Amino acid sequence: MANLKELAKRKEVLTGGHRLCAGCAAPIIIRQMSLAQEIPLVVGCATGCLEVSTTVHPFTAWKCSYIHCAFENVAATVSGAEAAYRSLKNRGKLKEEFRFVAIGGDGGTYDIGLQSLSGMLERGHRVLYLCYNNEAYMNTGIQRSSATPKGAHTTTAPVGEVRVGKKEYPKDLTGVVVAHRIPYTAQASPSHWNDLITKSEKALSVDGPSFLNVISPCPLGWAYPSDKTIEIAKLAVDTCFWPLFEVENGTTWKLNYKPANKKPITEYLKTQGRFRHLLRPENKTVVEEIQKRIDDDWAALLKKCGAQS
Amino acid sequence: MSKKVLALTGNDSGAYAMKQVNPDVVAAYPITPQTSLMEKFAQYVADGVIDTEMVLVESEHSAMSASVGASSAGARVMTATSSQGLALMWEICYIAASYRLPIVMPMVNRALSGPINIHCDHSDAMGARDTGWIQLWSENAQEIYDNIIQAVRIAEDPDVLLPVMVNYDGFIISHAVENITVCDDADVRKFVGEYKAKYTLLDSKNPVTFGTFDLADYYFEHKRQEIEGMRNAVKAIPKVGKEFAKVFGREYGFLEGYKLDDAEVAVIALGSTVGTARAVVDALRAKNIKAGLLKIRVFRPFPEDEILSSLRHLKAVAVLDRADALNAIGGPLYNEIRAALYNRSSLPVVNYVYGLGGRDINMDDISSVYAELSEIAKTGKIKEKVKYLGVRE
Repeated sequence: MANLKELAKRKEVLTGGHRLCAGCAAPIIIRQMSLAQEIPLVVGCATGCLEVSTTVHPFTAWKCSYIHCAFENVAATVSGAEAAYRSLKNRGKLKEEFRFVAIGGDGGTYDIGLQSLSGMLERGHRVLYLCYNNEAYMNTGIQRSSATPKGAHTTTAPVGEVRVGKKEYPKDLTGVVVAHRIPYTAQASPSHWNDLITKSEKALSVDGPSFLNVISPCPLGWAYPSDKTIEIAKLAVDTCFWPLFEVENGTTWKLNYKPANKKPITEYLKTQGRFRHLLRPENKTVVEEIQKRIDDDWAALLKKCGAQS
Repeated sequence: MSKKVLALTGNDSGAYAMKQVNPDVVAAYPITPQTSLMEKFAQYVADGVIDTEMVLVESEHSAMSASVGASSAGARVMTATSSQGLALMWEICYIAASYRLPIVMPMVNRALSGPINIHCDHSDAMGARDTGWIQLWSENAQEIYDNIIQAVRIAEDPDVLLPVMVNYDGFIISHAVENITVCDDADVRKFVGEYKAKYTLLDSKNPVTFGTFDLADYYFEHKRQEIEGMRNAVKAIPKVGKEFAKVFGREYGFLEGYKLDDAEVAVIALGSTVGTARAVVDALRAKNIKAGLLKIRVFRPFPEDEILSSLRHLKAVAVLDRADALNAIGGPLYNEIRAALYNRSSLPVVNYVYGLGGRDINMDDISSVYAELSEIAKTGKIKEKVKYLGVRE
């Protein structure tokens, strides 16, 4: 990776003045990703917060080529653009180099866009798919997705007299992507910018599909003060709720960060309003279940990565 | 320039035209009865006859989405589908048209589920009639070839820039072998020319944003511009038809009348049924009955004035619809024609919905329509506006 001084000189793809919320992690993630290399990008966005907030007509916050088509099809749309690029290159109609990035939130990636994503990965398009995972349908007002953590409050799986937020654990989407045996898959966090930029650089340099699942704290949906985004993202990593790892060709697992002191999940839960109810005494067993699941997943990950616990 | 005659199925004729155009990108997903078209096209690619980049997607939704991405990147793009495939694409069909992307799509017409069926009717294309796609309709394998080649030029006309759907009847035309006359690859490529997109994702010096979030302050104007593109197609379609005639020897407009000029009664139809109706007209003419026929080649943009002037002299007309518009007054073609005539003509027009789910329509069926038309022409009275032809009631 280039050093900080060099990175500071690079052109960013997203300009200021967009309409995302203060404290939203999505533009931070996009800026970090786009600093990874200097070849022009073609970016596609699924419908979602990032899309609606950056392209309110007649304005655009994108300095690079950009396309939004619909919600569930960013992977297919960018597949088409990348196929056009290869065709026009082969036919000698195009000289310029481009790299292709498809971006979706967790709704557009884990749920409605999963089929389109799987197709793109299987067909081997040279596209980086980046999921900014804020763990619910934030754009439409904090509804539950298959990425929402167990126990979190959302507007469609709310906390009530008899329910404790979402009943189910999130889908292991990174694992689903790894099963496609694509050249490069990783989990990242904007709190570990160096790691995220390095991963983006790797992802954009492989000759085939790559996938980054990036945790994207949301002040509004997670209910925390907007200046705590990076701290909370860091806590997600330090509690092993969101481990940082990478997988090459679906087989070679590597742990990128091991917390010196793995923090208990309550340290993470207590920072966010969406989990506040879990800290009540009557929900102690739910928290214990969540902690056990994290511990088991972490142990399994260490094993896959050949690391010591 | 040399021409030759080939015996091809409708789908092979479509694949042959696509091969000759040699698009930059084809995104495709198989569906009966479109499948053999894409198989044939894939074989041309596999044999190195052409170097189109094929994107073999996991659904029709992705086929249309990839087509949107590829066309936005400045490529000449084609796909093809039928029935449920079009239904699955439906959302993205609107987007392709509103982004003004000149995608060309052979549409092998098949009944929509449910119940599931694989045979011909027009419910698929009629369901997409308001998506902003130009719709050409083909009577036979020759017209499939001719329409696909012309569709490229119509779609890419700078004043139009709208996608074009080339319709033809599933199985009845797609799988029947006919003799068709084709030109050389070089002539076809010269006719379609090189596509140069005005805006493309692949120009880093002029980066563009496709698909902005278009609210109440701009959306309406953008839709209005799209409507203008459709209106401009009214000029482009006959212009391309005339230029096509110069090279290929067959001229196309919006409509084709058959023994219509001196007719008293006429049937209006789309697709393969036109061929059957021609034979009926000939038989009736032999009996001195002044029967005529009007084929609609272009359903979108709807050729209102041309239809009105072709029908003005008639005494009674029947519209044959191979789709129903459930709970409307008759089928979609009938609705449009009645609307075109309203306040401009007192011509009696009746509707026959026929052939749903591939139910055969034969000469006797169509003869019975002409018999009823003769009765209406005599009495000036319509007993029933909308009837169902060939169904067990």
